[in-house]
Amino acid sequence: MKKSVFLGALTVASFVAGAAAAATLDDVKARGELNCGVNTGLVGFAAPDANGNWAGFDVAICKAVAAAVLGDSSKVKYVPTTGQTRFTALASGEIDLLVRNSTWTFTRDTDLKLDFAGVNYYDGQGFMVRRDLGVSSAKELDGATVCIQTGTTTELNLADFFKANNMSYQPIAIDTNAEGEQQYLAGACDAYTTDASGLAATRAAFADPENHIILPEIISKEPLGPVVRHGDNEWGDIVRWTLNALVAAEEYGVTSANIEELSKGTQNPEVNRLLGTEGDLGAMIGLDKEWAKRAIAAGGNYGEIFAANIGEQTPIGLARGLNAQWTQGGLLYAPPFR
Amino acid sequence: MTDVDMPPKQTFRLSQLIYDTRYRSLTIQVVVFMLFMAGAAWLVDNTIQNLKVLGKDFNFGFLWNRAGYDIGQTLIPYTNDSTHFRAMLVGLLNTLLVSFLGCVAATVIGIFVGVLRLSSNWLVARLMTLYVEVFRNVPLLLWILVIYAIFTEVMPVPNAFRVNPATGEAAASMLFFDTVALTNRYTAIPGVLFSNPLPGILGLAGPLWSALVALAGGLFLNSRLKARATRIQEATGTRPSTWWATLLLLTLPWMAVLWAQGFHLDVPAFNRFNFQGGIKVTNALVVLWLALSLYTGAFVAEIVRAGIMAISKGQTEAAAALGLRPGRIMSLVILPQALRVIIPPLISQFLNLTKNSSLAIAVGYMDLRGTLGGITLNQTGRELEAILLMMGLYLAISLGISGVMNVYNNAVKLKER
Repeated sequence: MKKSVFLGALTVASFVAGAAAAATLDDVKARGELNCGVNTGLVGFAAPDANGNWAGFDVAICKAVAAAVLGDSSKVKYVPTTGQTRFTALASGEIDLLVRNSTWTFTRDTDLKLDFAGVNYYDGQGFMVRRDLGVSSAKELDGATVCIQTGTTTELNLADFFKANNMSYQPIAIDTNAEGEQQYLAGACDAYTTDASGLAATRAAFADPENHIILPEIISKEPLGPVVRHGDNEWGDIVRWTLNALVAAEEYGVTSANIEELSKGTQNPEVNRLLGTEGDLGAMIGLDKEWAKRAIAAGGNYGEIFAANIGEQTPIGLARGLNAQWTQGGLLYAPPFR
Repeated sequence: MTDVDMPPKQTFRLSQLIYDTRYRSLTIQVVVFMLFMAGAAWLVDNTIQNLKVLGKDFNFGFLWNRAGYDIGQTLIPYTNDSTHFRAMLVGLLNTLLVSFLGCVAATVIGIFVGVLRLSSNWLVARLMTLYVEVFRNVPLLLWILVIYAIFTEVMPVPNAFRVNPATGEAAASMLFFDTVALTNRYTAIPGVLFSNPLPGILGLAGPLWSALVALAGGLFLNSRLKARATRIQEATGTRPSTWWATLLLLTLPWMAVLWAQGFHLDVPAFNRFNFQGGIKVTNALVVLWLALSLYTGAFVAEIVRAGIMAISKGQTEAAAALGLRPGRIMSLVILPQALRVIIPPLISQFLNLTKNSSLAIAVGYMDLRGTLGGITLNQTGRELEAILLMMGLYLAISLGISGVMNVYNNAVKLKER
């Protein structure tokens, strides 16, 4: 009995590991489909709409990569992952790319053998409470019960924050955002904590968003970005530069509306290189000339994706803030395409 | 004489391994064993290879790193500065706690329901059948979620206990002379405090060991009292009434010892967000305990019923003919014999309950699966190590339970002399 249980674990482990070691680009091309790990449901970032089609800020990255690699932004299989399952799913090869509000940290990048391909959203951890609780600052939360998604960086930040301010709290561990929403609304916790963007998205889905406030304190740095497996650098480059292409497109004014016109040739050599009318950058990452053009055409440039999914015109209503272009005082800065 | 019995000398040929019935079964066993070992070796080798490809090593050093996360309910002191190993122990103790409580409650429920299901009262028997069928045939996870939903939605939030300054009243009130508060997060009950406790000995707190000593003394005196009553009964034929003396001997000594040490209650009081002071029993524990014991209790009830029905009806009739009342027939004649049939399957139910407690994550109860197999695994990324360690621990718990139960089984089983 003892032995067979042990072997069972080894079998699982070896299947898991066996699938991971191959060139991801070839696998994706052969499969004709990109397996993209996303959130189980966070409106604005990744959630299925009424017709079951996935949409959102993170989903748009999946679509752009699929468009660049396969030429069709619809050839994506969305794999919902929880905070607990996401990295295992990526390491095991179940998904090719993880775009799930995942924070870039030292240990994840090194010890977990992952690679972060960049940052698509600069975030920070915040708190949401009911308005009638009469709390206006996170420093007033001494003794409160806090709901928290398990397996996330927020779990550790929370412990650090309360310790640094010499306060006590009662953690309630939950598995998914939907579960956290339900617990918070049922009053099982006084405060719900996760990335501020996630809080805004969660609150937007409430029946009475005006009765809940997001506290002003941002207690951590949470650079969220797409993740790939460590070791497959070609695949990592493709994801990194697809993201950079979306950011650069906004900087140079390339939008889904004018991309056809601009791809006939412009005065700006950088735009020409980006859209494949000059040089052949695509060949250097194993793709064709028009890879970036297709990625941008799939959902628009970074600014368009932001505005359509989580921007101020949407119910989520996030301001660009840190996520503005460097020319606008933000942190978005795509390296040169040359 | 011996020469006649000796088989004729024969040379051994290789084909005998297959065609000779004396060797064939051994041959098959050896071949199967070698295949099994080859398979095992392949799996181990494959795992080592693939870990190497991923660039991961196999080492349990992460257990000594700082855990960094907090746990809601802990039986031993734990902070986020403790190690992952300590977090694992916290989880292990939480698993053992809910398993122990669950096993006790499931046994009690199972015996009651199993006996009542055989009742001659039509309504009681049908109600028990309904309970068994409903709980046995719906997945445990759903029961856990349903009971949890009832607890979180029906009970008042702690905030409801806050006194509104305008009206001087609170929306919810505490029970039992304002000492117990039922909320949708936990049940706050009074804690026990001592104003001048005795010093602790061997890790046991002063009040605890002194009360235990007092209780043991009471039990000893009680046994002397009973022995005296038996002597009087044998001499005179009438047994003196001892129940009131027994009651006093079993309660007064330890109560007096506790009172002498300044026993008083630490009543929970509402403070901004939550109750402070007293003991908070989280709803996650209560829900998990209820769901596990109600679910497993339905199975135990069927085992008990089967055990009782395995005893021939003649036993009941014979006991009735001797003038025993139905309750006494059950407790003195039927159940002791039925236990022999009941114990072995009951062991597997206890094991099931313990393993099912790993569903605790559904309600955020931090058991072994929640700490070692959940947060620690996630924060350190040591899947293989954490899962193997967790399986080893569950295996050890299960083997421990079945070991203890087998000892008990040997004590009650039919003695063959």
